[in-house]
Amino acid sequence: MTNANKEDNMTGSDEGRTAVKPGLFSNGFSLGKILLEGRAFLALIVIIVVFSLLSPDYFTFHNLVTMSSHVSIYALLAIGMLLVILNGGIDLSVGSTLGLSGIIAGYLMNGVNLKAMGITMFPAVWVVVIVACAVGALIGVINGVLISRFKVAPFVATLGMLYVVRGVALLITNGLTYNNLEGKPELGNTGFDWLGFNSLASIPIGVYVMVIVAIIGSIVLNRTVFGRWLYASGGNERAAELSGVPVKKVKVWVYVASGVCSAIAGIILSSELTSASPTAGNSYELTAIAAVVIGGASLMGGRGNIRGTLLGAFVIGFLSDGLVIIGISSYWQTVFTGAVIVFAVLLNAVQYRGRRKKQKPSATPPTTTSSNLAPPPSAPELEKTAG
Amino acid sequence: MTDQSSDAPTVADVVLSARDVVKTYGGTHALKGVNFDIHRGSVTTLFGENGAGKSTLMKILSGVESPTSGEIVLDGETVTFASTVDARDRGISIIHQELSLAPNLNVRDNIFMGRELTGASGVDYAEEARQARQLMAELEERIDPLTLVADLRLGQQQIVEIARALSVDSRILIMDEPTSALSATEVDVLFRVIHDLKAKGVSIVYISHHLEEALQITDYAVVLRDGAIVATADARDIDLDWIVRNMVGAGFNLGEPPTGYEFGDVALHIDQLRVADAENQDRSVVDGVSLQVRAGEIVCIYGLMGAGRTEMLEAAAGRVPIAGGRVLLKGQDVSHRTIAERIAAGLCLVPEDRQRDGLVQTMTVGRNLSLASILSFVRGLFLSRRNEQELVDESIRDVRVKTSGGGAEIGSLSGGNQQKVVIGKMLATNPEVILLDEPSRGIDVGAKAEVFRLLAERAARGLAVVYSTSEVGECLSIAHRIVVMSRGRISAEFGADTTKEQIMAASGEAVVA
Repeated sequence: MTNANKEDNMTGSDEGRTAVKPGLFSNGFSLGKILLEGRAFLALIVIIVVFSLLSPDYFTFHNLVTMSSHVSIYALLAIGMLLVILNGGIDLSVGSTLGLSGIIAGYLMNGVNLKAMGITMFPAVWVVVIVACAVGALIGVINGVLISRFKVAPFVATLGMLYVVRGVALLITNGLTYNNLEGKPELGNTGFDWLGFNSLASIPIGVYVMVIVAIIGSIVLNRTVFGRWLYASGGNERAAELSGVPVKKVKVWVYVASGVCSAIAGIILSSELTSASPTAGNSYELTAIAAVVIGGASLMGGRGNIRGTLLGAFVIGFLSDGLVIIGISSYWQTVFTGAVIVFAVLLNAVQYRGRRKKQKPSATPPTTTSSNLAPPPSAPELEKTAG
Repeated sequence: MTDQSSDAPTVADVVLSARDVVKTYGGTHALKGVNFDIHRGSVTTLFGENGAGKSTLMKILSGVESPTSGEIVLDGETVTFASTVDARDRGISIIHQELSLAPNLNVRDNIFMGRELTGASGVDYAEEARQARQLMAELEERIDPLTLVADLRLGQQQIVEIARALSVDSRILIMDEPTSALSATEVDVLFRVIHDLKAKGVSIVYISHHLEEALQITDYAVVLRDGAIVATADARDIDLDWIVRNMVGAGFNLGEPPTGYEFGDVALHIDQLRVADAENQDRSVVDGVSLQVRAGEIVCIYGLMGAGRTEMLEAAAGRVPIAGGRVLLKGQDVSHRTIAERIAAGLCLVPEDRQRDGLVQTMTVGRNLSLASILSFVRGLFLSRRNEQELVDESIRDVRVKTSGGGAEIGSLSGGNQQKVVIGKMLATNPEVILLDEPSRGIDVGAKAEVFRLLAERAARGLAVVYSTSEVGECLSIAHRIVVMSRGRISAEFGADTTKEQIMAASGEAVVA
């Protein structure tokens, strides 16, 4: 423990204090909590205001709904990513897992040809969903075992899986895109549309799924043993282990959770687009990490929460769609992707290290920069990128 | 200028002083208007309990922190340090209580970190290595300058830290707990070095919890309590009692072995335990140690650094693998169980390094306290907040943690209170046997006495307690039995009626006159 760290703890950091205790001891609001989450929240408000001024189409119900459905994809990935980051790891394979999950869904929806029996099986949609999620979980298990059991660095293990999984997705379709995901009534496999393409009370299903997953995630983090174990082992793995926390199991499970979240995102995305491309979700892992970091989580592990992460996803989604609406070139958006990630990490460095100087640096920058810096690849783009 | 410090001999004698220094962290006053003088060519020792503000004051004097108000006077001039580098350039350096070495670098690179010696072709490694070797020779430590710091034991790392401060040739050297991990021989060497430095006119500020030890080298004693200086004196006029009286404001002792009950059955049975050296599997750091501890009994394990105490305790708790022998808990072999299973069975360990192994810095006091016993308040799928809150409140009361409540940040507590949290966390699991590795390391007398009292209370209720220490005085406190370890073996066993000299002789330690 260096002195700098000790100092941080002593100077009464609002951030650390708030980020870690969403549950138990936080009856009533603390100013620090509002300040911390205000950062991302403020950025979001500025984004909405600025784009509303620039384009009359931005702040309309229809557009907000569209943007929210894009956000839901990022948010699902980011929630899974948050769990991994809380554990002090990183999961680079989420974008590929998203792509593969869509491909699995597309493959199953188009019928499984059983050569031996000479028949083609069309599994029901719920089976499709379960199989796709199971594939996501399996990828997570592989990541988790590599990292916890074989001590491969998370960055390297998941980077490997990023390639492997993407390759498998491309192999399954030979690079082609599945376009028929509607199913047929006579085959009994309709309903895939319902997972993302359809709306309920004019709000896309994906948004509901995001909310449900966020609530589950929040409950898991704040109210269950697993959540506490996760914060503890992310904060200090050695101390957690000596306190009887099964740190290896926790580690495997966070990658499984991340895999399942990515798979769900993949299903929703392919349903939204009514097609499944093996290249879907390319570079989304970076978007997810950026959302988590913008949401105030520490890449060192142990600090962060779902609310912040959701806000982070909204910041990214609303920003990138805003740029599309006001007609900024997609090349620029790529530039912005990198800028946003660097900026987000920079902010967290300010937040966790430079906090004993002044609160200002961490409170104001997001508002000023969100308008001139900008966002990651936008969802509308990837629909037609099939190879 | 020096009118407040009545004990200061002459004005010219004072090199560095703090004038009405106030430091606040948020709402808490760490220092409440302190006037503190450092005299040329002498050792000024700062006594005080944890949280009294010693470290804060030293950080201000060495440029790590700036005071909220008040000023620092160097050679009669008011100065402001922009940074530690600035302070170092003016001849002030500090040895921090918490080690600040880079474990991934070797000894040489750590010593010269930030002020590498450069020649025509970049860094002059050969010269650095030569100087490092010389420093090590001065400190009588056989450490090769090219050894990785991570491979050194804690005591050696502390030596490196000291060497680094010595290498600067500063006029004022602040030593914040330099001996906490040193063996008696190493302390002797350090004291000799301090004498040499004094002779060269270097002014030294010394902070230590080993009061007796510190008194040996002190010229001026200053006692800090609750952020204010309560007493200043020439070392010739005072004794240990004076220091302790001023530190805690009242007399104290570290306790006596609890009596008035019979020991129960054997709770912990360590049988021919062997632990292999992590670097060299053929060597044993614990070599066939057998130990039986009964319910209600308190056993103290004394030994020098490297005697195998830590390894034995960690092997018993399941932290390091055992190479041979068995660990039995109430007759049950737990040798192959995980840490979690051993905790559930009633065997737990309070580790030596509480920052690294004891606490989760990102969590609150309450969550640290409840971490080990968390499974006991799961209701259905969820944690019962009410049960947790009850447990946390009870623990805070039980182990007497001074905190604003369970929601306080763990870093806001003083070292002693942090240690109580680690102990409280383990006691909350209702253990049958508790192992404590150096429970008094880096905590003040008051907190030590409290920790020992707590353990004695628990032992009287049937808990088997095993603690290790490297301070002889602590062996003769609450322990019913004292086991001395040396080179991985038990070299002697004593009852509570033994003497310090006997214990030290058995450990292979030279008796300090």
